[in-house]
Amino acid sequence: MAPADVLVCVKRVPDITEEVALTEDAQAVDGRRAGFTMSAHEECAVELAVQVSGATGGQATVLTIGDADAVEQLRNALAVGCTAATHVVGEPFAFGPADVAREIAAVVRDHEADGRQHELVLLGNDAADSGDFQVGIRLAYELGRPVVNGASTVEVEDGHVVAVGEGPGGQETYRVPLPAVVTIREGGVEPRYPSVPGRLKAKKIAIEERQPVAEPKGGGRVKLVLPPPTPSAVQILGEGPEAAPAVVDLLEKLGVLSK
Amino acid sequence: MILTLVETDLEGAAIEVSLEAVSFARDISAAGNGVPVDAVVFGDLSDDLRGELAAYGVRTVHRVGGDDVAAYSGAGWASAIQQVRDAAGSVVVMAAGTDRGNELMAHVAARSGASFAANVLSFSGLAPFVVTRQVVGGAAMEEMNLHQRPAVLTVAGHAVEAKPADTEGPADVVEHTPDIAPEDLVARVVSVAEVEADDESGALTSAKVVVGAGRGVGGPDKFDDVTELADLLHGAIGVSRVVTSAGWRPHHEQVGQTGSRISPDLYVPCGISGAIQHWAGCSSAKTILAINSDAEAPMVTRATYAVIGDLHEILPAVNEEIRRRGYGS
Repeated sequence: MAPADVLVCVKRVPDITEEVALTEDAQAVDGRRAGFTMSAHEECAVELAVQVSGATGGQATVLTIGDADAVEQLRNALAVGCTAATHVVGEPFAFGPADVAREIAAVVRDHEADGRQHELVLLGNDAADSGDFQVGIRLAYELGRPVVNGASTVEVEDGHVVAVGEGPGGQETYRVPLPAVVTIREGGVEPRYPSVPGRLKAKKIAIEERQPVAEPKGGGRVKLVLPPPTPSAVQILGEGPEAAPAVVDLLEKLGVLSK
Repeated sequence: MILTLVETDLEGAAIEVSLEAVSFARDISAAGNGVPVDAVVFGDLSDDLRGELAAYGVRTVHRVGGDDVAAYSGAGWASAIQQVRDAAGSVVVMAAGTDRGNELMAHVAARSGASFAANVLSFSGLAPFVVTRQVVGGAAMEEMNLHQRPAVLTVAGHAVEAKPADTEGPADVVEHTPDIAPEDLVARVVSVAEVEADDESGALTSAKVVVGAGRGVGGPDKFDDVTELADLLHGAIGVSRVVTSAGWRPHHEQVGQTGSRISPDLYVPCGISGAIQHWAGCSSAKTILAINSDAEAPMVTRATYAVIGDLHEILPAVNEEIRRRGYGS
């Protein structure tokens, strides 16, 4: 089988589990307290990129658009098996979905001019922070490539990508000629943890650093707002197993029991 | 005209979130001098569905059929929607914030050079058309200016109520059999493995009762109490991301930002702390009864009702009490 060259796109996002804080200008989520991670869908996309390229003896390049700190997410992807990394340096929240798609397309074209064709580009289905649900699709139009959205597994065979995901009527399979774009949804693979040798190897890989090809136009964001805090209105039915009759009284009242 | 994609279930009935989207479209119409609301439907259009869309005030139902759209393709179906829009001249193209809805609207926006706002909750004006939409899994909102035409958006599930119109619409049917360019049919579904009747993975999102299980359950072999309660309530099992990441339960049972979004009448999260990732998937439940050892856990403070304590002591007592009263057999 011919080696498959995969590009996987990731985004550094705040690792929010409980409270969300906004930056002072309300243009972004402030992740300084929560820390940062990569979106869950993208962790799976990285894993799939490593598997697909590894199975064919090809390359897996990880790409991000972000500030200097986003190198952390590139190094993490390198530590689990990506073989090259590209960093488009810019303030991530200044870039709207169309800006991001244009920048990724520029990287794909420039690499191709240098003799590296990323025949498969993987992205997450949607980013954990901005939730735009569109960058992969916009990228496909930029590149004039077919796109499969929301797949949970991909395999490359005979110049095609076979992508499988959940549709409304059951599990759907696509078989699409390369080059192609696929956006990934969590659930089909278990992302691996970086090993110590993996981390050491990742440190030695030089990251290609580049500037955006165009001034970002943004995505029409006026501002971010937080929902007003809702005071807790919970009614405690009791503590421990003694609460069982009160629970079943409630289930009866809600009409969810049947004889 | 406002063109709204109406998705149907396997029986050919409109899914509830699509009816919510049509209701939202009527709200935009009301703010915009009564610009008509049209629907676009792929595949079969039953009399029942047409009648329902009439009740929701729809002016014209654009039914799209033909070989080119018989199998799903994002680009192909979006091309069909675009052809309907070009023929009828819509200023807004919208759908429910389902996987398909978000995918198709992203295609429509990319093809028209327009912006796309996913998971919109409300709008604050038409000139400019500013929408508020969910970000960070619903933990924050973005106000976004949709200045291009068409304005392309999806409506977040349960952001508005699905409500028939005061005045019925004519729901005249216009048939479309679009020609789709070959390049838009390259990424097309080649096979669908239909959900088997005894496979409950598809039942989670439509379940009336969901029993949730989180880290607090304690291990992959400790789900008996939880599954028994789900059985007694004829409900589905939904789990947190911690549970699927640990490999305790399959991913299709995951409720959350990267799993299923549920809207049952009753959700019973057991041993789930209620991180944003999970809350994003269950916040639409009508009633939440949390069972948790930590009275300060976000899931408890956000719940309607709660029982505090060890779920492995509480659930057996609840299950026993349900059986004692003669239910669930």
